Amino acid sequence: MTLVVEGLRKGFRRKRGPYQEVLRGVDLAVEQGEFVSLIGHSGCGKSTLLNLVAGLQMPDSGRILLDGKAIDGPGPDRAMVFQNYSLLPRLSLLANVREAARAARPDRPKERTDEIVERYLTAVGLWEHRDKRPAQISGGMAQRTAVARAFAVSPRLLLLDEPFGALDALTRARLQQQLVELWTHESETETVLMVTHGIDEAVLLADRIVVMANPPSPSVVEVLDIPIPRPRDRVTIVDEPAFRATQERLMALLTAESAHAA
Amino acid sequence: MTMTTGAPLDTEQATPPHVRPDQPAPPTTRPRAGGALERLRAMGWALVGLAVLGALWQLGSALSPDLPSPAEGLRELWRLLSNPFYDNGPNDKGVGRHVLISLQRVFTGFTMAALVGIPLGLFIGATKRGWQAGNPVVQLLRPVSPLAWFPIWLIITKNPGKAAVYVIFITALWPTVLNTAAGAGAIPRDQRNVALVFQFGRMAYLRHVLLPNALPAVVTGLRQSMGIAWMVIVAVEMLSGGAGIGGFVWESYNTGNLAAVTAAILIIGSLGLLLDVGFLRLGRRVALEEVQA
Repeated sequence: MTLVVEGLRKGFRRKRGPYQEVLRGVDLAVEQGEFVSLIGHSGCGKSTLLNLVAGLQMPDSGRILLDGKAIDGPGPDRAMVFQNYSLLPRLSLLANVREAARAARPDRPKERTDEIVERYLTAVGLWEHRDKRPAQISGGMAQRTAVARAFAVSPRLLLLDEPFGALDALTRARLQQQLVELWTHESETETVLMVTHGIDEAVLLADRIVVMANPPSPSVVEVLDIPIPRPRDRVTIVDEPAFRATQERLMALLTAESAHAA
Repeated sequence: MTMTTGAPLDTEQATPPHVRPDQPAPPTTRPRAGGALERLRAMGWALVGLAVLGALWQLGSALSPDLPSPAEGLRELWRLLSNPFYDNGPNDKGVGRHVLISLQRVFTGFTMAALVGIPLGLFIGATKRGWQAGNPVVQLLRPVSPLAWFPIWLIITKNPGKAAVYVIFITALWPTVLNTAAGAGAIPRDQRNVALVFQFGRMAYLRHVLLPNALPAVVTGLRQSMGIAWMVIVAVEMLSGGAGIGGFVWESYNTGNLAAVTAAILIIGSLGLLLDVGFLRLGRRVALEEVQA
């Protein structure tokens, strides 16, 4: 699934205060099968961009094209993993994944959906816990459920909004690996768009990194290619020459950005 | 910069409570404190409070000789409770029968209020148009005293008993409507986004997002409605006379049996307390559990 964003603008008016343009003309093209990371400081609009692609909000101007067709709302071709897990608290993990999968794909026969739900819950290692409620599991388990839920919809474009930000470093590492495995081997999901705060995470996971910025800079400052071959190992990746260069470039961009904002 | 090693470690720890930043904290289940000793302490302080009340009553009866003393009131209470269910006709029944009559009216009116109030509250709270259409009506009718409603329902039903039930319905309706509306309007944005992204249909949204989130508020509303219903029945029955605990109060007053009036007050208050505690317990069971971090 190819994603094309053209001239996207989106702003918000606070109750008291001026109209704030969060996205000031974003142009982006994501190829089929790419993993693209959006990175930037708070307020640069990366989550807003993700919400617009998901269809949760409408842009003020500009277009978002999926496979050449403009989107006009959410759809089963896109699924999202939210920052705050966002599991329905009164449903079991199984029910959380199943209800979402059924709602997003009503035409798919129930047995098929149940198969897929079981497959992804097993893939994230939570099948034994499927009857537990969100209040009874840890944050890492909740986020794994959210990831399983997103994949169970069989989306062609997967959207992630700082999915691992609230987790400890070890759990985060594990989930990053699981995400890449699911994307590469276990699903028909081709394209991934992920918002992240972490430079390391972006370089480890992404094919390209879109660096975004707050005003007065343009919304998209630079797009970096990550020519590091897959599969990537987090231990040996530090030896890749491109790793160091990318990391330094990102640091430079983001530090300059915070100097602006200060 | 450190990179963690590839070896997966099983170190998942419980995270801070299930955070929904755009909503105030939901009612929590109270942790079971201390056990027996804590309960004894609580009972002790309750007795202190009641003793203060008793002392004020005693003082009142000393200052106002027509007012029965606590001793007289309790003696009368004992007498009433010793034969609560006798029935010698419409004006001479045991206090237990009166209470049952009143409870039956309360429950009928309350059930009507719940059956109408919950859907109405959901509708008002969940949609903007619902709010714009419904809220003015609610605010207009809510302050009307039950005693003002009584003549209207009497005219419509021509039966004081039925009128009483309808008065309860129309006054107990509003806490349920308003609390339900508040609950329906306070769906956490995260859950709404989930419903949007995964394209929940109307039924799925109702079952999995709207109702579960509104449920604690609904129970709060029902609890308040029950409290009002119980208050209203006494007032309305005093107005209409006849059977029922309110009628009993008025009858006792008219025959000069003030001790019976005070006894009836104790009965009414105790029953109200029991009803309230029942709903409180229900509310706790229905409240969302929070992660014990």
